[in-house]
Amino acid sequence: MLTKMVFSGFGGQGIMMMGYALANAVMKDGHEVTLLPAYGAEVRGGSANCTIAISDDEIASPVASAPEFIVVMSTPAFLRFQNHIKSGGMLILNSSLIEGETIREDIKVIPVPAGKWALELGDLRVANFVMLGAFARLTGLVALKSLEEALVSLFPARKAKLLELNQRALRFGYQTIEKEEK
Amino acid sequence: MKKVFERPRLLKPATFHFCPGCGHNILHRVIAEVLEESDFRERAIMIAPVGCAVLAYFYLDIDVTEAPHGRCTAVATGIKRAIPNSLVFTYQGDGDLASIGAGETLHAAGRGEKVTTIYVNNANYGMTGGQMAPTTMLNQVTTTCSAGRSAEREGYPLDMSKILASLPGVCYVERVALTSPANVQKFKKALRKAFQYQTEGLGFSLIEVLSTCPTNWKLTPVDSLKWIEEVMTKSYPPGVLVDRKANRGDSE
Amino acid sequence: MKSSANKVLLSGNHAVAEAAIRAGCHLYFGYPITPQNEIPEYMSEHLPKIKGGAFVQAESELAAINMVLGAAATGRRVMTTSSSPGISLMQEGISYLAALELPCVIANMVRGGPGLGNIATAQSDYFQSTRGGGHGDYRTITLAPCTVQEIYDLTQLGFYLADKYRGPVIIQGEGLLGQMVEPVELKEPDKKDLPPKDWALTGAKDRPGRMLRSLILEEGILEEHNWKLNRKYLEIEKKEKRFESFRMEDANLAVVAYGSVARIAKGAIKRVREEGLKVGMIRPISLWPFPGEAIRKAAEKVSQFLVIELSCGQMIEDVRLALAGKAEVNFYGRPGGGVIPNPAEFGRVISRNYYQKVRKAR
Repeated sequence: MLTKMVFSGFGGQGIMMMGYALANAVMKDGHEVTLLPAYGAEVRGGSANCTIAISDDEIASPVASAPEFIVVMSTPAFLRFQNHIKSGGMLILNSSLIEGETIREDIKVIPVPAGKWALELGDLRVANFVMLGAFARLTGLVALKSLEEALVSLFPARKAKLLELNQRALRFGYQTIEKEEK
Repeated sequence: MKKVFERPRLLKPATFHFCPGCGHNILHRVIAEVLEESDFRERAIMIAPVGCAVLAYFYLDIDVTEAPHGRCTAVATGIKRAIPNSLVFTYQGDGDLASIGAGETLHAAGRGEKVTTIYVNNANYGMTGGQMAPTTMLNQVTTTCSAGRSAEREGYPLDMSKILASLPGVCYVERVALTSPANVQKFKKALRKAFQYQTEGLGFSLIEVLSTCPTNWKLTPVDSLKWIEEVMTKSYPPGVLVDRKANRGDSE
Repeated sequence: MKSSANKVLLSGNHAVAEAAIRAGCHLYFGYPITPQNEIPEYMSEHLPKIKGGAFVQAESELAAINMVLGAAATGRRVMTTSSSPGISLMQEGISYLAALELPCVIANMVRGGPGLGNIATAQSDYFQSTRGGGHGDYRTITLAPCTVQEIYDLTQLGFYLADKYRGPVIIQGEGLLGQMVEPVELKEPDKKDLPPKDWALTGAKDRPGRMLRSLILEEGILEEHNWKLNRKYLEIEKKEKRFESFRMEDANLAVVAYGSVARIAKGAIKRVREEGLKVGMIRPISLWPFPGEAIRKAAEKVSQFLVIELSCGQMIEDVRLALAGKAEVNFYGRPGGGVIPNPAEFGRVISRNYYQKVRKAR
């Protein structure tokens, strides 16, 4: 089964970190994975997105013309990517930052107040991993535990505090969405 | 009977292909002498240019590589970075160094690469038959500025030594005129000093040699020497352009 | 599921760098150009930490390739990387490296051309890499990976072949392959049975001086030098052809593609196979030497070939030469620098070709 997804937002939101964490987790789970980063022409504050493909077979193309899942962290990303999503797919949006509604009626739209939840954890900068935790729960593509382990390889040992905070963010996003579903 | 003069051992038993009266003959010999007077020889790697001096490897019994035209100091950089305790020197004409290789020369000097360059300036392109070089002086006639170099038409000559001497990565620049036995000794002393500075890791060093090209100058060997003294040294005055070790010594 | 215990995530560009370092290449000279800047950045971070390691950001690609020449002359492993316009500038040096028989690895993360082109992925440097590129009668081994793992593996193989045959080896990467991130197993390089570097310039201690020269004026000697190089190229052609054969066992149509296009085409072939179309693929891994025999042999069973490239058609000439009229060759190309085709697009092209050519022929 080949699944493709796009994480998108602006530079500085940790979009690539989300991609690396997910790719690392699914790699360690033994799947094939590709990650394709893309940046805007701006060095800071421009658009940033990455495409992830997960499969148990060789992956032909790291590019996704119609991904099943799209996570948008900013309004420009929302406007740009809402039309790319595959019919029947899922759009997960950072409702703390994005206003406006999608015109698509053939997709599932899930608002996740990632910014707000991150602030509840005391640091807006972990909104990306709050979102990734929620993403894991909503899509069922990867286990929370795998993501938590993947973060270990992303943060150097001397940044144990940062690692712990980001792991907490993952759990918070995952569990809060889980509660809302019940 | 005591031997007072002999062929340097590092000079291979080959006949120089250079024209009669050409400065390369002398320079090759002096290089051989300097190298064998110390442990320089076993650490020496020479980069030969494109131009009359390309065949250096037929005359000098040391490790020598060719470089594409102008790229000697880039090749030297690669060698020196690969073997930091080697003694790396380039031997380049004015076309090679100041024209097509100006960029490589400037940047190797700018980086302060610990290599030495012997810069042979004869104010024209010798090997290709006497065309204008970046060092060709105003009013000097060559086969591609037959009316004499004019500032308006061909532009001004480049004094690379002067430019390079201004760079902080350059530890030593001296210009000598290869016109007399005393001046040959000056070159020898300068070369020894440049190699010593390189060994001490002081930076980039360069010795410019005003050297004869009787064939293309259309002068006899003797008149060529005179022409260097009377004409070339006016545009390119001999002397030490920079010696950072000596300067440092002064200020201390 | 495959074991992933010893895998790490690497971008293609970082895979080039890491493979080189692990192959004992601790000298790097380069000049920044998009889309491969991650390589010099990685090298500048890691090489100074290695004993005897050096990184120099050269003032131009011309200087970079000549620094490579100098370092290679000492017998140490060395590399440079660039992208299309920069590789054009390096051609002078590559010609000299071939003439002087100096080993090194050059990775070209190909981008759109001609001229400045753009920074998107392309395959338009096939001729440049496989036909010598610079002046004179020479060839360069050219290896074309299609995954990040293969970038890693072929970079290490590149160093091995460079040392074995004494000459520059080109890794024909692509912008897309350099940017994408995939799991990579960090294998240890093969170093066995390599010839001694008894030509290296290390200072003539207790031995006569050595010379490396490409100016050969003596009568008849340059011709002999060229024949000698040619014998080496013939040996490489005999021993170093590499290709992947995919679903060719019962194929009626053979796709020929390399690099990123091949992996996308493979996805397309899987799709059309589900519809019952008997399509296979031959993927040249060595672009030079080109695996012509494999293609010629396939023509014993397959009468239709479809070459797909991100160019207006360059490798197709080698396919035609290999087939020598024995089968029909068609072409689908997208000049690079803008589009990354998807398996659906290639699938449509392959299906159309199949129905028009194969079915019609029956």
